Amino acid sequence: MKRFIGFVRKEFLHIFRDWRTMSVLFGMPVAQLMLFGYVITNEIKDAPMAIMDPSHDTYSMDITSRLTSSGYFLSERNISNHKEIEPVFREGKVKIAVVFPNNFIQQAQRERKATIQVITDASEPNTANILASYTESVVLKYAMSLQKSSGMGIRIEPKMMYNPTLKGVYLFVPGLIAMLLMLISALMTSITITREKELGNMEILLVSPLKPAQIILGKVLPYFLLSFSSAVLILLTGYFIFGVPIVGSIVLLLAETMLFILMALSLGILISTVTSSQQVAMMISMVALMLPTILLSGFIFPVENMPEVMQWLCKAMPPKYFITIVRGIMLKGNGLDVLWDETLVLSGMTLFLMILSMKKFKKRLA
Amino acid sequence: MRTILFLIQKEFLQIRRNKSMLPIIFVLPIVQLLILVQAATFDLKDVHFAIVDQDRTPTSEALIRDFSSSPYFKTSAYCMSVEEATSKLYDGTAGMAMVIPKGFSRSLVEGRGDASVQLLVDAVNGTNAGLIQAYSTRIIGRFSLHQATSNPVVIPEAFKPVTLTVETRHWYNPELNFKTFMVPGILVLLVTIIGFMISGMNVVREKEIGTIEQLNVTPVKKYQFIIGKMIPFWIIGLFELSLGLLVGKLVFDIPMEGSLWLIFLSAAVYLIVVLSMGLLVSTMSDNQQQSMFISFFIMMIFILMSGLFTSVDNIPDWAKVINTFNPVAYFIRIMRMVLLKGSEFMDITHELLSILGLAVLMASLAVWRYKKTT
Amino acid sequence: MEHEKVINSAPVIQVKNMYKRFGSFIANNDLTFDVYKGEIFGFLGANGAGKTTAMRILCGLSSPSSGEIQVAGFDIYKQVGQIKKNIGYMSQKFSLYEDLTVYENMRLFGGIYGLTNKEIKERSANLLQMLGFENARNTLIKDIPLGWRQKLAFSVALIHKPKIVFLDEPTGGVDPMTRRQFWEMIHETAAGGTTIFVTTHYMDEAEYCDRVSIMVDGEIRVMGPPAELIQRFGVENMNEVFIKLARAKSTEL
Repeated sequence: MKRFIGFVRKEFLHIFRDWRTMSVLFGMPVAQLMLFGYVITNEIKDAPMAIMDPSHDTYSMDITSRLTSSGYFLSERNISNHKEIEPVFREGKVKIAVVFPNNFIQQAQRERKATIQVITDASEPNTANILASYTESVVLKYAMSLQKSSGMGIRIEPKMMYNPTLKGVYLFVPGLIAMLLMLISALMTSITITREKELGNMEILLVSPLKPAQIILGKVLPYFLLSFSSAVLILLTGYFIFGVPIVGSIVLLLAETMLFILMALSLGILISTVTSSQQVAMMISMVALMLPTILLSGFIFPVENMPEVMQWLCKAMPPKYFITIVRGIMLKGNGLDVLWDETLVLSGMTLFLMILSMKKFKKRLA
Repeated sequence: MRTILFLIQKEFLQIRRNKSMLPIIFVLPIVQLLILVQAATFDLKDVHFAIVDQDRTPTSEALIRDFSSSPYFKTSAYCMSVEEATSKLYDGTAGMAMVIPKGFSRSLVEGRGDASVQLLVDAVNGTNAGLIQAYSTRIIGRFSLHQATSNPVVIPEAFKPVTLTVETRHWYNPELNFKTFMVPGILVLLVTIIGFMISGMNVVREKEIGTIEQLNVTPVKKYQFIIGKMIPFWIIGLFELSLGLLVGKLVFDIPMEGSLWLIFLSAAVYLIVVLSMGLLVSTMSDNQQQSMFISFFIMMIFILMSGLFTSVDNIPDWAKVINTFNPVAYFIRIMRMVLLKGSEFMDITHELLSILGLAVLMASLAVWRYKKTT
Repeated sequence: MEHEKVINSAPVIQVKNMYKRFGSFIANNDLTFDVYKGEIFGFLGANGAGKTTAMRILCGLSSPSSGEIQVAGFDIYKQVGQIKKNIGYMSQKFSLYEDLTVYENMRLFGGIYGLTNKEIKERSANLLQMLGFENARNTLIKDIPLGWRQKLAFSVALIHKPKIVFLDEPTGGVDPMTRRQFWEMIHETAAGGTTIFVTTHYMDEAEYCDRVSIMVDGEIRVMGPPAELIQRFGVENMNEVFIKLARAKSTEL
């Protein structure tokens, strides 16, 4: 036991002395939260707009001022000709162009109907879509206001649940935890063990009186603590600096986090048993771990939007379940009554990976 | 000059013999494009929605029909109460709920102007929620317009309400296909990751093995060393881009409106920035693990701030300052402008010059930081 | 008589009052010595005595804290580029490219030193012949046994016919047979007029050198031909000279 403690202490020192890696490990989550919290927003405001208004009448001017006062648009320039639209779009100076017809007000009053043309730069489809829909609703509202006696519109009362201001941080805190745990637990573990193999230190350890299980435990323990503390760091930063709530049970959240760490550590050990060099371990980890964690987990892009095949692929990825669980607990306040199936799948995966990695590791020793 | 050629030859021989490198160069880009483009999408598809129809009239049913017949929404539950609908959002079985209150159709038909519906959106993913709202607004807007024009009550012409129609055209991407938007960005990601990772690991690997000493005692100049390292990866990077463009064209049929020459010119300059940064990290690290972590960190920040996944038009001023040093942001803009909009040289001069400036800066830093003596 | 040859030729390395400090630690303390053309100069000392540090300075891999140093007739502060053209170096860490073949390594370093393609072909053919290695020309270095690799590394260090070759612990981890062959190569090279500067901690090897210096704690304690040193200390061989010096150090403390 004493020997084991000595070994663990050595492993700890080894990791904590590498200040460059340590500062990345603890600097990265904080820096990323800052970015997500302050930089990346989903709201659209002051989108540069071009207006073509040949008739320049009360209606068209009213609509223009309603558009600009909405906060979504900034009247960037007035144009007098359709041909001018193309160049301003190509330069990227303008995102949307609103074109009023000639004799707008006369047409509207005489024929009781008129058409306004909206042209968007859809090379950014999301922005284009949302801008077009804002414009449409402003115009429709104006049309209704013209006819006070006969309101034909339907008022929409949207309510954004769990994230009323559509903050990006809400989305990213859970994803970031998953990513970091993968990075530290799986990637770093696999690289460290592979490195020992490359340098031949593993052989030295294996001939020592330490049992293989103790060696693995000693290697893995520092990373377990490191992962756990960085997860807590993210939660604290999210909570205190960005006000990301933890609606549900903290105990459940931490327990699920530990479950995920166990899964990631097993995965790391497994990878280390099948690779021969650090470079290969890194590549495998990058492609097989980071990519699924960021893209096939619902971290940024909702799984439901993907094609069928990809959805199946996502279902095989542990991070998907973990992110669902963390979001559920933190933002919605879900308990085990809702999350039992995700937890079950994650536990099953963890158990499977643990047994597999232990088997592989023992086999390598034999 | 001859010295550099010998160094380049050596680098290529090593790359060719490195078994783990070849799949990374040839397979990774294709896999990345195929998977990333499919996965990285905000194209709304089958958003499950719960309905609380307290009105229960043909009008309310028509509205529900408009929703479920659109490709974006899929009816998943009819609920009796708002609470029940909320619980669907709570356990994740629905992404949106619509509440049609009692008296909805009557107030619509009578034109009282107080017809309303309530939308409850699961907004954990803000971008997605914004899109759900945008699409819903549009469906409801069109519905109300249709109701107004088919109003059975006869009104004299002069008192008829004015209908203003908005005719929307989405240029460069009429179908609002998210893939068209993502492919150019993912191509940038591809070139960046490959370039940064390979160059980032390279010098530090020679350090770890010890071969760098043997080069340091030779009369090789610092700039020769850095150029000798850079050119092979530069060629690989341009190769990657060609491969990616080819796959993008064949598999996803992305538009290529502008000049490919302009793309390659920009890529050529951009790669100098990326490779210099990689070499810089490499010369500053002690081992490959460290170098990988630092590269990963830098890359992550640049990529997240580049506007690849989310719009960066509304970032705060201090972030804009950081972004003036972000090569990824410039190159993504160039790629999207040239490929999707057919922008020409004059349209992208600002971005191109910025990248050029960064290239000069980074390459000088890499040469300066590479120390032959201790 | 070998000694005579040495004394009469001009010095190719001149070191005067050289210091190297790392913070408060002094790795090289006031080193002064000359090395002559065609000489085999043994630079001895225990691990950590400062011999590798001194050698790295002479090769231009590290810069001295102070002192006047000339290598191959060039000043170490101002003419490092010139020095590098005129020296060869074989480091303690094996440093040929393992994923290149024997010939590719030779071509690379020949090219870097500015040899023409014709010269590269001729020199590498000569070197391979000298080693009896013609068959291994296109073998990857990693497939070659360690002892042979060391000999190859030595010959690659000679490819541009340098005036001085620095060898840092060249025979570490090599079997006695190969070590003997290696020293034969060194002697042949020196006979051609190339100066050999070699560090080692094998004291039996010290006796193959024309002159040796022994470093203890960053200082040169003794210097001279091995036979003379053995005589001066009244012992049987270099190993005992070394042990005496080491004892002197411990009694001082």
